Amino acid sequence: MDLTFSAEQEAFRKEARAWLEANVPSEPLASFDTKAGFEAHRAWERKLHAGGFAMVPWPVEYGGRGSDLLEWLVFEEEYWRAGAPGRVNQNGIFLLGPTIMEYGTPEQKARFLPKMASSDEVWCQGWSEPNAGSDMAAIQTTAVRDGDHFMINGQKTWASRGAFAHWLFGLFRTDPESHRHHGLSFILVPMDLPGMTVRPIQKINGKAAFAEVFFDDVRVPAENRLGPEGEGWGVAMATAGFERGLMLRSPARFQATANRLVRLHRETVERGAPVAPGMRERVARCWMDAEAYTLNTYQTVSKLLAGGKIGAEASLNKIFWSELDVRMHELALELLGPRAELLPGAPAAGDVGDWLDGYVFALSGPIYAGTNQIQRNIIAERILGLPRK
Amino acid sequence: MDFDFSEDQRLLQQAVRDFLEGECPPEWVRAQWQTDTGRDPAFWKRLAEVGVPGLLVPEAHGGLGLDETDLVLLLEETGRAALAEPVVATSVGAALLREIDGPLAATWLPKVASGDARLAVGHAGSPFVADAHVADLLFLSHEGALHAVPAERARVEAQPSIDGGQRLFLVGFDVGEPAADGDLARALQDAALDRGALCCAAEALGVADRLIALAVDYAGQRKQFGVAIGSFQAVKHMLADVKVELEYARSHVHRAAWSVAHAAATRAVDVSMAKLAACDAARAAARVSLQVHGAIGYTYEQDVHVWMKRAWSLDLAFGDSVFHRARLCAGVVDRTIPAAPFGFEPVNP
Repeated sequence: MDLTFSAEQEAFRKEARAWLEANVPSEPLASFDTKAGFEAHRAWERKLHAGGFAMVPWPVEYGGRGSDLLEWLVFEEEYWRAGAPGRVNQNGIFLLGPTIMEYGTPEQKARFLPKMASSDEVWCQGWSEPNAGSDMAAIQTTAVRDGDHFMINGQKTWASRGAFAHWLFGLFRTDPESHRHHGLSFILVPMDLPGMTVRPIQKINGKAAFAEVFFDDVRVPAENRLGPEGEGWGVAMATAGFERGLMLRSPARFQATANRLVRLHRETVERGAPVAPGMRERVARCWMDAEAYTLNTYQTVSKLLAGGKIGAEASLNKIFWSELDVRMHELALELLGPRAELLPGAPAAGDVGDWLDGYVFALSGPIYAGTNQIQRNIIAERILGLPRK
Repeated sequence: MDFDFSEDQRLLQQAVRDFLEGECPPEWVRAQWQTDTGRDPAFWKRLAEVGVPGLLVPEAHGGLGLDETDLVLLLEETGRAALAEPVVATSVGAALLREIDGPLAATWLPKVASGDARLAVGHAGSPFVADAHVADLLFLSHEGALHAVPAERARVEAQPSIDGGQRLFLVGFDVGEPAADGDLARALQDAALDRGALCCAAEALGVADRLIALAVDYAGQRKQFGVAIGSFQAVKHMLADVKVELEYARSHVHRAAWSVAHAAATRAVDVSMAKLAACDAARAAARVSLQVHGAIGYTYEQDVHVWMKRAWSLDLAFGDSVFHRARLCAGVVDRTIPAAPFGFEPVNP
C-alpha cells in the first residue's frame, strides 16, 4: 500500500491543471439538453480532444492519451476542480467506449472510437422499452437478419440526448423465438436511417433532449453488431458494469459537490441566516461519504491495475453515489431556505446557483442505470448469496 | 499510488482467520464470558505465536515490526471471531513503548512479543480502562503526564458491561515518575487514542461482516410461507443496505491505517471517519441481523447477541461517537484541525 502520488502522477496533474485553467470556458455553457447547448458542448469536446485530454485512459490510436486509470482519476479531479463542462458524449465515451474496447473487432474499434473521442459522433443508449424497464430481459424490439442487414422493428425509450445524438447503441431481439436474456444482440445504429422516428420527451426540468425512438423496417448493416449474435446480454452487462461502477460518475464530482456544500453552510452561518440544529454534522457526514466513495474507487482501480475485475460490486457503488448526490442537494436546498425554489433568473435568487437544477438531476440517479431496488437485489443475490426465489 | 494490500498481508490475515476459526469458535467465546477474568493466558501465548500482539513490536525486540496497514487486517479477524482478549490495548501500548523507547521498551516489548505481557491503556475518551485486571503494565494519564504503571501499583474496580467479553475498570494508581510529560506526553496520548480508535474500527468491520453472514445464513434456511425468508425483497434490501455501509466503511478504515502508520497531518479526522463509519456499520448490521433472525435472534442461546454486544462496546471504546462526530465537524466544517479531500484539491476550500 502506498497512498502517495508518484512524481509522474503529480507532473500529469500539473499539466492537466495548467491546460484546464487556460482553456475551460469562463462562463458556464448552456445546458446540453438544448440544441444550442448540445453544440456548444461538442465544440468544447473538440477543444479538449485537440488538447489531448478527451479520453485520458484510451490508447493513443483511438484518440486517447494511453494513461492508466489512476491518471484518469487524477484528470477527473482536475476536471471537477476547474469546473469544466459536463461530458455531452458520456454515454459513448464512458459506457460504449470501454465495451467496444472489450468486444469490438479491430475494424469497429478503428471506425467508432476516434470519432467518439472527438465527439464528432455523439451516442445515446437504446436499452429501455415501454415494457422493458427494470425487467430489461423483456425486450421486444426485433432485429431480424435479412442477408447482410438486420431489419429492426419496435420502440426504444428514455434515450438521454436521443433528440440530438448521431448514433444509438442498444439491445435487440435477433432471435424472434427466444425468451428473456437469450437471443439478444448488441447493435450500433445510426440515428438518420430511413424508418427511424425520434420523438423528444420533456424531462421534469421541461427540456426535451430525452427521446423515444421508433423503428419501422430500419435496415442496419450486420457488421454493426457488437459481440456475438444472440449474446448481447453479456455485452450489455459489461456496459452496465462500467455505468454503475467506475467510469460514469468519478468521485471528484461528489467531492466537488461536498466541498461546495460545506462552503454554502459556512456562508449561510456567516450571513446569520437560520440553520437547522444538526445541520453542521449532516454536512460533515456528506463530505465524509464523498471521501468514502473516493477511497473506495482508488481501491477498485488499484485492484483493476493488479489484474482484478469489477463484478456485481458495481451495484454497491451505484447505490452509494446516487443516494449521496440526492442527500447533498437536499441539504443545500434546506440551507437556501425560502429561496430554494427560485429559478436562477428570479430577481431575488441571489447566490442560489445551480443547486435546484442539480437536485432535479440528482433525483434521476436512483432511477437510471438500473434502479437502486434492482441494485439491492443484485447485491443480495450475487454478493451475499441470498436465494433468488 | 497503490491502494491495495500485498499478497503477504493477505496471507497473514488468512493465517489469523484460520487460527481463530479453530481456536476461538463461538462456544469458546461464550465459555470465556463465564470465567472469572474472562481471559486465558494460554490462549494469549498461542496468539503471540501467530504474531498478533507483537505485530507492531520492532523486530529488534522480537516482534514482527509491521505497521497498522497489516494490523487492521488481523483485527478484522479478531472482530469476526468476537475475540475479547486485549489485542487492541496491547497493540496501542506496544506502539507507546516503541515511541518512548529506552529501558522501558527494552524491558517490556520482548515480553509483549512473546505473549508474556499484556498491556492496558487509559485515555481521555473514557473514564474506564479495559483489561486493567490482567494487564502487566498500564499506561495511565495524570495531570497531563503519561505514566507507565506496573500492575502492582494499580488499584482496579470492576464495572460490569453488557458485553460479556468486555472487562472495564476504574483505575487508581500511586503516582510516580512519569514516562513522558509536556508536549511529548500530549503527542503520545493523542497518537494512542487515534491508534486505539483505528483498531476498534477494524474490529467493527469483522463484527459487521459476521453479523451479516449470520443473517444471510439464517435467511437462507428459515422457511415461512413455504419459501426461504431470504427470497423476500424486504429481507434482501435490508441486508444489501448494511453491506453497502460496511464496504464503504472498509475504505475509510484502510485509509486511516495508512494515516496512522505514516503520522499523516489529517490523522485525527481520518481516524474519526473510520471509527464512525465502521461502528455505525456494525451497529446497523446488528439491528438488521437481529430483525432478520426474528424472535430466535432475541434469545441468549442464539449467537447474534454476542456480536451485537461487541458492536455496542466497540462503538464506545477509544472515543464514543459523540467524540468522533465532534472531531469530524471540527475538521470539515470549522477547520480547526486538519482535514483534506483525498486527491481532489478544491480551488475554493
